[in-house]
Amino acid sequence: MMDKTDWKLLREIADLERTPQGAYNIRRNGQLDSRASTANIDITTKTDGKSGIDIRVKPGTKKESVHIPVIIHDTGFTELVYNDFFIGEDCDIDIVAGCGIHNTGCETAQHDGLHTFYIGKNSRVRYFERHYGEGEGTGSRIFNPKTVVYLEEGASIQMETTQIRGVDSTKRDTRIVVGKNAEAIITEKLLTHGRQTAESDMEIILDGEGATGRVISRSVAQDQSQQVFYPKMTGNAKSFGHVQCDSIIMGEAKISSIPAIAANHVDAQLIHEAAIGRIAGDQLLKLMTLGLTEQEAEEKILDGFLQ
Amino acid sequence: MLEIKHLTYQVSDDAGAELGILNDVSLTIGENKLVVITGPNGGGKTTLAKAIMGLIRPNGGEILWNGVDITSMSITERARLGISYGFQQPPRFKGLRVRDLLCLAAGRDDLSTEDACQYLTKVGLCAHDYIDREVDTSLSGGEVKRIEIATILARKSGLMIFDEPEAGIDLWSFAKLTETFQAIHARREATLIIISHQERIINLADEIIMIEDGQVAQHGPKEEIFPLILAKTSAGCTYLSEEANKA
Repeated sequence: MMDKTDWKLLREIADLERTPQGAYNIRRNGQLDSRASTANIDITTKTDGKSGIDIRVKPGTKKESVHIPVIIHDTGFTELVYNDFFIGEDCDIDIVAGCGIHNTGCETAQHDGLHTFYIGKNSRVRYFERHYGEGEGTGSRIFNPKTVVYLEEGASIQMETTQIRGVDSTKRDTRIVVGKNAEAIITEKLLTHGRQTAESDMEIILDGEGATGRVISRSVAQDQSQQVFYPKMTGNAKSFGHVQCDSIIMGEAKISSIPAIAANHVDAQLIHEAAIGRIAGDQLLKLMTLGLTEQEAEEKILDGFLQ
Repeated sequence: MLEIKHLTYQVSDDAGAELGILNDVSLTIGENKLVVITGPNGGGKTTLAKAIMGLIRPNGGEILWNGVDITSMSITERARLGISYGFQQPPRFKGLRVRDLLCLAAGRDDLSTEDACQYLTKVGLCAHDYIDREVDTSLSGGEVKRIEIATILARKSGLMIFDEPEAGIDLWSFAKLTETFQAIHARREATLIIISHQERIINLADEIIMIEDGQVAQHGPKEEIFPLILAKTSAGCTYLSEEANKA
């Protein structure tokens, strides 16, 4: 049964206070905790031997949501999960994923997930993925999410990934193939501290005429943490792509931002911008003249930056 | 009342020689006065204003606000005592919206949209276009400057220092801004120190302080000092006058 710690994790990763409305699947320590399908959204356990679920959304499903949170609080627990989403044509839905680890022990707790989305013609999907770790134990909290998205003609995905504190090591891999007149918008927010490491490897392939891709990455690296970003945008057709990576570096942290753009078509218009810098002294001073302490000013600047 | 006593601020140049930015500055500004500080570039006006806010630490002298010695206080402590300073070149913030800055300035999270918009209107900004915009590089210098002034208005502090508020602002907004200064002054809400070279702002003043070479060159009622400034500036640059005479 779900306890207080579980609900706290659910709040952090999915804003859930109670059992969600609509379709959902809650996975706890590698086991199904609870599940609900709806008339339009069907969730089933995989039958091919792999651990995970299939989520099928009927064509024309609008204004519905799917919550598929994962929580782990057994130290030493490691899992690899495959979730496949089959979204019909003309849908408009929200998908809330996310994983919370509460590790009080000394062994590693690790969640590796592969999410694959097949998004049908003219469907719109908003996908939220939040990772959160806590627990006083010395055991590491590790996430390695892999996301693959196929967008058919006129489809769109707005993908928002957030990982603020608490995760010791993460290696994120994202690959999106954007079809004709389809659009992918990825917003990535990341804050690492202590000795945490984070790596994000991303490739957006603008494959169809009129495809659009946008990557907005904002990160803060504190203490001795390390971050590496590899966002790549490839234009194979008349398309538009924009990669924007902004990072604030603090303490003795290290950040590498290595954006790449590749055009295989004369009408592919691709832009990348990347910036790394510390908090400017005059930003702190300005907020202090408004009555904030130096520490409060720093927090406000970071909150705003990652908002 | 603001009292500045024998304030000095020195920095060393590359060769290690001491340069006096402020040299024994003493002055008193009475409660709810509107005082304009003017004078040539590099004379020490901004340094004096920053020393009052605590943004720089003077090497000697004292600053008293309403009888309290604030010389060794931090910026935050001074701000909480009701001192505010509008930067000449305000910083930009990625991710912080105009609304966020105004809430921080007002010291409350629940600042209503209507109240926030009032402050923007007072600096000549069409509030609804700006309230949810980020204070980042998408805004022009003049826009950021006006938002900066709006944050000072939102603070409702007892001592408001504006550093060249007219810089980068168009004529129409400038007219609105002078009206705003005039209104604050008319209500006797705060002591206003405005660093400016603009005749229209100088005309609002009760008193004018001329700062030159790190010292108070003149300080007195507007009626007394303004004619002196006009006489000095109309004479122009002596080099130019000589050249003109030759021609």
